[in-house]
Formats: sequence, structure tokens, C-alpha cells
Amino acid sequence: MPDARGHFGPYGGRFVSETLSFALEELEKTYQSLRDDPDFQAEFDYDLAHYVGRPSPLYHAERWSRVLGGAQIWLKREDLNHTGAHKVNNTIGQALLAKKSGKPRVIAETGAGQHGVATATVAARLGLECDVYMGAADVERQKLNVYRMHLLGARVIPVESGTRTLKDAMNEALRDWVTNVDDTFYIIGTVAGPHPYPLLVRDFNAVVGREARKQSLEQIGRLPDALIACVGGGSNAMGLFYPFVEDDEVAMYGVEAGGDGVETGRHAAPLSSNAPRGVLHGNRTYLMSDESGQVSDTHSISAGLDYPGVGPEHALWKDVGRVHYVSANDDKVLEAFRELTHMEGIMPALESAHALAHAKVLAPSMRPDQHLVVNLSGRGDKDIMTVAKLDGVEF
Amino acid sequence: MNRIDQRFTELKSQGRKALIPYITAGDPAPAHTVGFMHALVEAGADIIELGVPFSDPMADGPVIQKACERALKNGTTLAHLFDMVREFRQADATTPVVLMGYLNPVERIGYEAFADKAQEAGVDGVLTVDMPPEEADEFGPILKERGLASIFLVAPTTSNTRAATICAHGEGYLYYVSLKGVTGAATLNAADVAKRLAPLRDITSLPLCVGFGIRDGATAAEVAKVADGVIVGSALVNRIAENADTPETIPGQLTAVLAEMRHAMDALSS
Ligand SMILES: Cc1ncc(COP(=O)(O)O)c(C=O)c1O
Repeated sequence: MPDARGHFGPYGGRFVSETLSFALEELEKTYQSLRDDPDFQAEFDYDLAHYVGRPSPLYHAERWSRVLGGAQIWLKREDLNHTGAHKVNNTIGQALLAKKSGKPRVIAETGAGQHGVATATVAARLGLECDVYMGAADVERQKLNVYRMHLLGARVIPVESGTRTLKDAMNEALRDWVTNVDDTFYIIGTVAGPHPYPLLVRDFNAVVGREARKQSLEQIGRLPDALIACVGGGSNAMGLFYPFVEDDEVAMYGVEAGGDGVETGRHAAPLSSNAPRGVLHGNRTYLMSDESGQVSDTHSISAGLDYPGVGPEHALWKDVGRVHYVSANDDKVLEAFRELTHMEGIMPALESAHALAHAKVLAPSMRPDQHLVVNLSGRGDKDIMTVAKLDGVEF
Repeated sequence: MNRIDQRFTELKSQGRKALIPYITAGDPAPAHTVGFMHALVEAGADIIELGVPFSDPMADGPVIQKACERALKNGTTLAHLFDMVREFRQADATTPVVLMGYLNPVERIGYEAFADKAQEAGVDGVLTVDMPPEEADEFGPILKERGLASIFLVAPTTSNTRAATICAHGEGYLYYVSLKGVTGAATLNAADVAKRLAPLRDITSLPLCVGFGIRDGATAAEVAKVADGVIVGSALVNRIAENADTPETIPGQLTAVLAEMRHAMDALSS
């Protein structure tokens, strides 16, 4: 648990302009009063079961495991969730909070568009007005999700400032929130942002790890030897890892976006590149920035990981050594994307393919009686255009 | 006594209100800033807020965002900022200078190093937009040791209890944000501002200065009736943006905007 002011060790906190302090205090109070409320939990669980389609399976990728020649690889199938990614777990939870707070409008930031789609979906379901901020570069590379959001009745607002990616979308969402704080609930899409967001997003996504733990015991007969998940802001990794944190025998790997390679500087890997500490978007964390504290440009083939920071609890886990943070470069990610698609008939999101790329590195170094759980955080439908373009295919 | 406190003492004895312009340092390029600062003082500035350009100015609207982009594109760094203040001090030993910006540049060079350099350059106060007093227990004392004032914001959404905490930490003056929103946003409501300032008077003796939404002499005068100071940013930065290609005309533009406000505010006290 973070301390009373939302700090995970030296990280986290609440670094926002004064206008938002009140809204965050209010949100914290609302959430504290509901966190252990059985009715709230029951409502959340009901939605996860009947709307999201949980539990998601833990699937044994036998053929791919055999080809890699090492550990048994299991996929936690968040790609099978309604809307196609783990993001929906969190938006269902925050939509319930929005409803309890009586706010008629929700806003969100999105990179790959999955969090935007998940927010637009819950907004449609609850009849809330919905605006989604998305970097103009991401609007271009994730057209399919932009159209999905439109169909769901949301407004997608392209953000032209800065690097025109996820961090700029988050700046713009914060500006909107400051302006419309009375009637607007900000649904943050990852375990970053000011306290209490890292805490509540973790709580809502921890269902992934709770299920995976139970399924491992049932299907493998024991806990897995290692977990792997991709890390953008870190919500899918947090969701999988958190329920295993006390299980010292389970190794954990968080895979960041290596882009062209961490050594080239063109990446989005604050933890594995040992970026300095910094403060952005309301929390202190590892943050890619230059010597005078300007936030660095990031590069990744996957819009959902294209972010210069990371959730504060991951920053702490890096320092205490509980999780190993590594990176996977774009070319290895595409290779993993193609391999899983060919060998298992499952097309992963490019974000998830980062975790798969590291499974390809790790599995062969392990024995066939060892087990690896990889979080398949989302499905690849949204990325077909990106891959097709690389293949020279036009529609 | 800190230059800021001294300035407010003088203003009080004269029955006048503070006029506090904001410009982003290095906009449109670092070489112009010191000239702009002197022009602002000539037009009647009492204190200068010098914006530290940041890549992600979350609390600012498009006008100041773009100013940051121009400044950064032209290579402005914190080192330049300290140089600017040092150069400004050579010709002006009395006008207080407050650095206003976001926390990350400060975190990156380190609290001690930042405070040392600021003091050595002749800075008088520091306002960090995304650092509330709850997070300032390390930085606050470091600034205080060097005689630099920690200036904090109070917003329309700030509760009275919270405002009391903020006032207890604040020095120099209290920056009251007149509206919910970002810099350069719509127009302020002077009656609302008056209503919010009244209870603040009961909990603090800090001068109360109001910013956000002040764009001309009329709004400046209206706010000056109830506040101790008026902070004006986007109206000035707009002029810089419009004339970025002919920077030699900018000092005259800034002087015109500020002089109108000065005149309207001083008309109150005469
Ligand atoms: C499928 C998928 N996985 C992962 C991410 C990265 O987010 P996080 O690191 O918060 O899980 C995204 C974000 O868009 C995503 O769509």
C-alpha cells in the first residue's frame, strides 16, 4: 500500500496544480469508502463476469512452447475481454466510481486507443458524455480505434502539441479536467497519475493476477516460475504481478518498449534504460528527460507503450529488485507477433507482443518442466493496419 | 528583508496595488528576455514572474504552451535563465523576480543546486505550479535557507481548511487563481474573486495577488479593487507571439499593454 499521501517509497504522490487537489481528495474519499464495501465489490464482479466476460482463460501455448524448446508458456487471455484488452477492467471500475460521484461526463487519454475504446464503451453503457484525448500521431496510426470510439458516441480530440502521442494526450486531458472539474470524471488509463489513481487502477486490474494465480494452481498444480507482461504506464503488468508480489519463488519480468534499441536513445523504456527520476502527470517516477528536465521524445512501434514515464509502484519494484525490467526492440516484437499468430492462431496486440518477445528470450533458457505465464494484454486487430503497411499491403 | 516583502511594504505605504507581469523566459529566443524585463519595469511592473519553459506545461493554455515551445526550440535552458536574471540584476537591483514553472526541471538539477543558483543569480521567489505544500517539505526549507520565497497557488476549489495550510507554508504573496481552468482561459468574474478573497484575509497576512483571465486595464482595475496585486500573463505572451518575427518591436508592445493596466490601477488610488 502507498502511504497516506500516495507515496510508494520516493515515488508517486500528488503533484498537480491546486485546482485539482480538491477533486483528488474527493475521489480518494469516495474510493476509500467503497474499497471494502461488499456491495460495490459485488457490482464490480458482476460487471466483470457478465459484461467483460471474465474469468479470462489461462491458455497453454503448447505448440509454441515446443518450438521454443524450453519452459511451458501459458497465456493469460486478456485479449478475449470485451473491447479486446485488459483496459476494460479498469474502466468498468472507474465508471462505477463516476456513477457514485454523480458526474455526467467522463474524459480519458489514450495511446493505442484501447483505453479510449474501453472508456467510450462504459460511457455508452451508462449514458455518460465522453471525450477522449489522443495524440495526433496516434490518431493516424490507430484509425480503426478512432472509428470505434466514434461509433460508440465518443468525441475523439486529436492533440497536436508536443510529441503528439500519449503523454500529450494526458496533458490535454488534465487541462480539460481542471476546466470542467465540477461535472467531469477523469478516467485515467494506467497505474500512473496523481494519488489515488495508481492505487485504484491497480485494484481494478488485480483481478488478472488473482485469476492467473488460481488458474495456475488448478492447471499447473503450482505457481508458475515466472510472469511476463509489457509495461507502458504499467497497468496490465501491475494487474498480473500484484497478487504474486509476496510469492518470492515467482520471478517477474516487465518488458518496456525498446523501439530502435535502448542504446540508440529512440525508445520508450524509462526503467530498463535507467532514466532519471522526475515528476510528470502528478507523480514522481522514472522519467525520460534531458539534462534540463525537458521530457524526452519517445519511440515505439506500439502506441500503447509510447510513454516516457511509468507507474510509481513499478519504480519502487525496480529499486527493491522485485521485478526485472527489460526491453524488447520493435523488430523482435514484430517477429513475436508473427510467430504467435502462425503457431497458435492468436494475433496479439503489438503491446502484448513485447511480452511475447521476452518469452522467446527467456523460455529457451528454462526447462520443459518450468512454467511461464505471459500476459496477453490485448488482441492485435487494432494493429493490422500497422503490420499491413510494413508488409506493403494496401486495403 | 526579501525584495518581495520590501516591495509590498512600499506599495502599501503608497496605497497602490502590485502589477505583476509574467513572460516565458527565452520566448521567442533567450537573447531577448532581459530587454523585455527592463521594458516591463519601465511600464510599471512591480514584480516580474519569469516562466521557466517546460515541455509539458499541463496547467497552461495554448498561448503559454506555444511560448514554451518557442523558447525550447530556441535552446533555452535553466542555465540561460539564471544568466538572464544575473544580467537583469546588473541594471536593476530592486525589482523582485519570481521563477514560475513546473517541478521536473528542478528535480532534474536537484533542489539544492537549483536554489543555490537561483539565489546567486538574484532570484527572490519560486512558484512551482505542480508542487502543492504537501509535497514541499524537502524543497521548502532549502528555499527558505537561501531567503527565497515559496509562493503557492490557491484555487476556487480550495477549501478553507486547505487554504489555511497553504497560507502557513506560503511566503512573498499568495497567488489566487481566479477561475477553474488553464492560463489564458475565459474572463474572470470579479465579484466571485472578491467573495473568495475575503475569507483568505482572515487566515493570512500575505498579500493576495490574482491571476488568470486579466487581459486589459478594465479587468486589472476591477481586480485591483479587492486584491493586493494583479498578475498578467497571456495578454503579454500573446503580443510576443504575434510579433515573434520582429522581436525589436516587442518591448514597445509589452509596454503598451502594461502601461494601460498600470494607469487603470493607479487611477483607483488617486
Ligand atoms: C493491449 C495493450 N497492452 C498494454 C498497453 C499498455 O498499457 P499498460 O502498460 O498500462 O498496461 C496498452 C495501452 O494502450 C494496450 O492497449
